[in-house]
Amino acid sequence: MKPKIAFFDFASCEGCQLALLNCEDILLDLLELVDLVEFREAISETSAHYDIAFIEGSIHREEDSKRLLDIRSRSGYLVALGACACNGNVQARSNFISPAENYKLIYGEAARDRVQVDKNYWPLWAHTRVRSVEEIVKVDYYLRGCPMDATEFLTLVKALLTHQIPHFPENAVCVECKRNANECVFDKGMSCLGPIAYGGCDAVCVNNGHVCDACRGLLPYANVEAHNELMLSKGISKEAIKSRYRLFCSAEKMSQT
Amino acid sequence: MTTKKTIHIKIDHVTRLEGHGSILIDVDKGSVENLKLEIVEANRFFENLVKDLPPHDVPQIVSRICGICCVGHQLAAMKAVENALNLSISPQTRLLRVLLNESQFLQSHALHLYFLAIPDYVGVKSILPLASSHPELIKKALKLKKLANDFTTVLGGRALHPMMPTLIGWRKLPDKNKLQALLERLHESVKDIEEMVDFVSRLKWPDYERETEYVSLKHADEYALYEGKIYSSDTGQSVAESDYRQVTNEFTVAHSTAKWSRWNRESYMVGALARVNNNYEQLYPQAQEVANALDLKVPCYNPYKNNPAQMVEIVHCTYHCIETLQQLLAQDLQMEDLQYQAGEGIGSSAIEVPRGLLFHEYGFDKNGLCNHADAVIPTSQNINNIERDMKQFVPQMLPVMEKEALAAHMEMLLRAYDPCISCSVHMLDVRFV
Repeated sequence: MKPKIAFFDFASCEGCQLALLNCEDILLDLLELVDLVEFREAISETSAHYDIAFIEGSIHREEDSKRLLDIRSRSGYLVALGACACNGNVQARSNFISPAENYKLIYGEAARDRVQVDKNYWPLWAHTRVRSVEEIVKVDYYLRGCPMDATEFLTLVKALLTHQIPHFPENAVCVECKRNANECVFDKGMSCLGPIAYGGCDAVCVNNGHVCDACRGLLPYANVEAHNELMLSKGISKEAIKSRYRLFCSAEKMSQT
Repeated sequence: MTTKKTIHIKIDHVTRLEGHGSILIDVDKGSVENLKLEIVEANRFFENLVKDLPPHDVPQIVSRICGICCVGHQLAAMKAVENALNLSISPQTRLLRVLLNESQFLQSHALHLYFLAIPDYVGVKSILPLASSHPELIKKALKLKKLANDFTTVLGGRALHPMMPTLIGWRKLPDKNKLQALLERLHESVKDIEEMVDFVSRLKWPDYERETEYVSLKHADEYALYEGKIYSSDTGQSVAESDYRQVTNEFTVAHSTAKWSRWNRESYMVGALARVNNNYEQLYPQAQEVANALDLKVPCYNPYKNNPAQMVEIVHCTYHCIETLQQLLAQDLQMEDLQYQAGEGIGSSAIEVPRGLLFHEYGFDKNGLCNHADAVIPTSQNINNIERDMKQFVPQMLPVMEKEALAAHMEMLLRAYDPCISCSVHMLDVRFV
């Protein structure tokens, strides 16, 4: 029997699934090997089992977190798909403000109070905090980045289908950037999180004239203190450094746990 | 045929309207008691989370509102931030932006038409059965989609959340040889598109009409996509992009975490059909011919015909991209100075993206940090109108349709307005009582 693969999306831009759909050739080959169990199919969620569950998005409400726990209990491998699932991504920036204040700023105080007491729909409006997937359930593998990298996706799926342990090198974006012979971003007078950020993206942003803002999160051995010193020595202000660290909520984040 | 039916339909998470939406219909003895299009997407508070960002970070972050419309959000944000800081762009940057925007039209329309809408009309569940029954057609659709994605990648650095474009210019310029190759592929695609049109022309669209207000950009010199004034088919008048709040008049309802909009009447429609209705005369003649071939006569009040309108726009954008690329390739691309003076100010923008009119607005404090943001997305403008279409069509469909067909027609209607792709496939949990 072909392994069952399922995709579940929580709060996200849905770009990671799109990144996969953008590789049409791979997709058709992949479908030969797996059963793609789409979560919106007429299959009862409670009885199904998934060999690999991909979770896209971050978790914002209690009902979402319950759904995630339920998926975990019925899944073999659970994979956090993309930056939102892996570390909360840009939307975790809303954790710097209280949920009530967030609602007030977007909908206005009167509308917020009105809809939050509606007995039929209040769970819709029960935003708590932005949490990454691992803050709620055990994550077996991470496909990092905003958006995720389709090549890494394939590496993971191929390994799992052949019962091998997938290998993702734990090197900094800097390593890949040097390999591509890019001019160093620091030499251009700009800030860069490449020295402490998870690689695997082939330094795609720097290749294309931009800087690295660590959308893939920090390496486990990242020395943020030294990086901070480095940034200061390059003439980047404390405020600007903080802004970079918070941009994708990678080097500074505020979460539930 | 009885109209004394009692039906309860609940379609959960039908399709992604920038996320998650459900349809709820209760019919008691032939009269519609309750009908709601519930938008159950979790809040992400995007307008709040750009606060305190420097101007050039704003487009990069708001790109993450929607993967499928990321280019549109970036461009809308760049225009609004530039307006706030009184920055202007070069003719070269305008050409590049026009192309970038239309590359997304080609990609999004092809994706929506072939992967989402057409399976409904051929009576299959997804694109996969079509791959065996209509292999040539699907090959061509995939080819066009790939062309459009490569187009965005050459112009922007990657297809999703591109990083080459920024405020007032490009961080790195597109490779001219790659642009030349794209031009050749666009020329080649014309014949494939003709065959796609031929296929689409044989499909039958449900014959239901409800006149509404059609809102789109309007521009004196061109079919308005990148810029223009905000035009209403009800008044025949336009307002400036800075007055977009007069248009959207957003309000909040409990069953939708997306806000609703209304302008001159109870609801309005944005998107391909609104644009074709309002600006038909400015379409390329080849696109007008396709409108004719698809029996799309303006003004058209059938919302299902948003699908053929997308086909018309694929043709228009293909010809327009060819012409614009030729113009761009005839000149030398120059790296431009991207330094700018950040400071206090507020500015808004309007741009047409595949699903309709998109508004952004940003304010900056005296330190040049973002202190105000607002975004009104096309789907949230359409939701109110879709629910009203449903309320009118359900009683008309009840006497002539079984429940399953009725539910399917509601889903098709929702899909015709172009929700996001990935949701595509069909319902779970349709209960009848």
